[in-house]
Order: sequence, then C-alpha cells, then structure tokens
Amino acid sequence: MSSQITVTTLLFASYADALGRSSVQVTLRAPATVGALLDHVRALPGAGRLPPAPLVAVNATYATPGHVLADGDEVALIPPVAGG
Amino acid sequence: MVRAAAARTAIVERPLDPAALLAAVADAGHGATALFVGTVREVNDGRPVTGIDYTAYEAMAARELAAIAAEAAERFGTAEGAPRIVAEHRLGTLGIGEASVAVAAAHARRAPAMDAVRYVVEELKRRVPIWKREHYADGTREWLDPTAAGAPGTAVAPGTAS
Repeated sequence: MSSQITVTTLLFASYADALGRSSVQVTLRAPATVGALLDHVRALPGAGRLPPAPLVAVNATYATPGHVLADGDEVALIPPVAGG
Repeated sequence: MVRAAAARTAIVERPLDPAALLAAVADAGHGATALFVGTVREVNDGRPVTGIDYTAYEAMAARELAAIAAEAAERFGTAEGAPRIVAEHRLGTLGIGEASVAVAAAHARRAPAMDAVRYVVEELKRRVPIWKREHYADGTREWLDPTAAGAPGTAVAPGTAS
C-alpha cells in the first residue's frame, strides 16, 4: 500500500485564465516530484495553453522539476514575470 | 565607522510616494542618493495603452524583493558601509503616468547608490512574481509575456536578425 500527499497548486495571471481557476488541490502517490505534479496539471482542461516547462515555486521559493514534494506543500506555477 | 545595512521593501496596494522613499534612505553620512521610478506609459509595442492591472503571488513577491534588496546591500557595500535601500512595488489597476515601482538607495558615494538601484530594478524584473495585464484603447486586455518571441528587450534568435 502506498501513501499519498495532497498539495495546493496556485495558478496566476495567464495560467489562471487558461485553467479557469486560481488554485487546484492535487493528490499524488508519494514520493512525488514537481515534475509528477506538472504531469497531473497538464491533464486538466485548458492546460494545453501552459508552456512545456513552466517555472515552479514550492512554498514561495523557486524549485526544480526534481524537487520532492511533501504533504501540504504550496506549489505555484509562475508565468513569465512582468513586474516593474 | 561602518553603518549597518538597512533595506526595507514592500508590495503595496496604495499610490507610491517617491519623496517618502528618499526620506527613508536619507542619512547625514550619505552624500549620494539614487531614485528609480517606473511609471505606466501610454504606448507599449506600438499599441495605445489605457492602464495596467498588476497582480502578484504576494507572499513570494515580498520575500523575493526583500532578498534582492539584501543582496544589493551586501554586493555594493564598501568600507564606508552598505547602501541603504528602500523598494516598493504597487499592485492593482494603475492609470497612465502612475508609478508601479520605486527604488531608492543612498550611500556615502554615488556609485554604490546607483549600482544598488540598478541591481534591484533589474533583478525585480527577472525574479519577482508580479504580472501585468495591459488595457488597450480598443478595449482588449492582455497579460504581458516579456519572454515571448519578439517581445521588447528579448533576444532575437540567431540568424533571424534583420
């Protein structure tokens, strides 16, 4: 039997528009990486408009696709930033 | 005497006050103060703009902006001390001419003050999770993607330059 983790995935700006929502709860089989979460998100309606490798932050810090997620993590998909 | 590094940053939803930033970095030991103010301009990429919505991943934006200011204070410090830095970015809907970002830095000498402001602005545009949606005169709205092909400031692919 395998354990599972649930992470909150935040969507902003053009990504939120593409998926029609600003966050989604995702449950994954542990251990799960950022890459596994992205595979899950890409299967959602509207996700075809996301780029192949979006920037990701875990708990408000930029993370790589190999980053291993923990239960309760807050993951953000970061569209190209445009401050200033 | 080496003065303590002092950086204050904020993501705000009120109008920015550049004079307040200048006052916040003022110090009798500082002979140089640099200020950058970014404002909404009326044309972008040839299209008439009427305003911009700024949104952010606020918790991360605040953290990244604070980290950038701390980096600048360390990077441009001298034997006379670290530059004192204040940086603010505004969120919400801004009209033409309104300030979206303001960065002030002060130091005993001009180079660290100007270098610190430049560093904070450039890194902010590269790393801080803030997004803008332009409103155009024809009624349409669009999220800006500075990395998109052909976007102003992005590199032209080799062999395609005219």
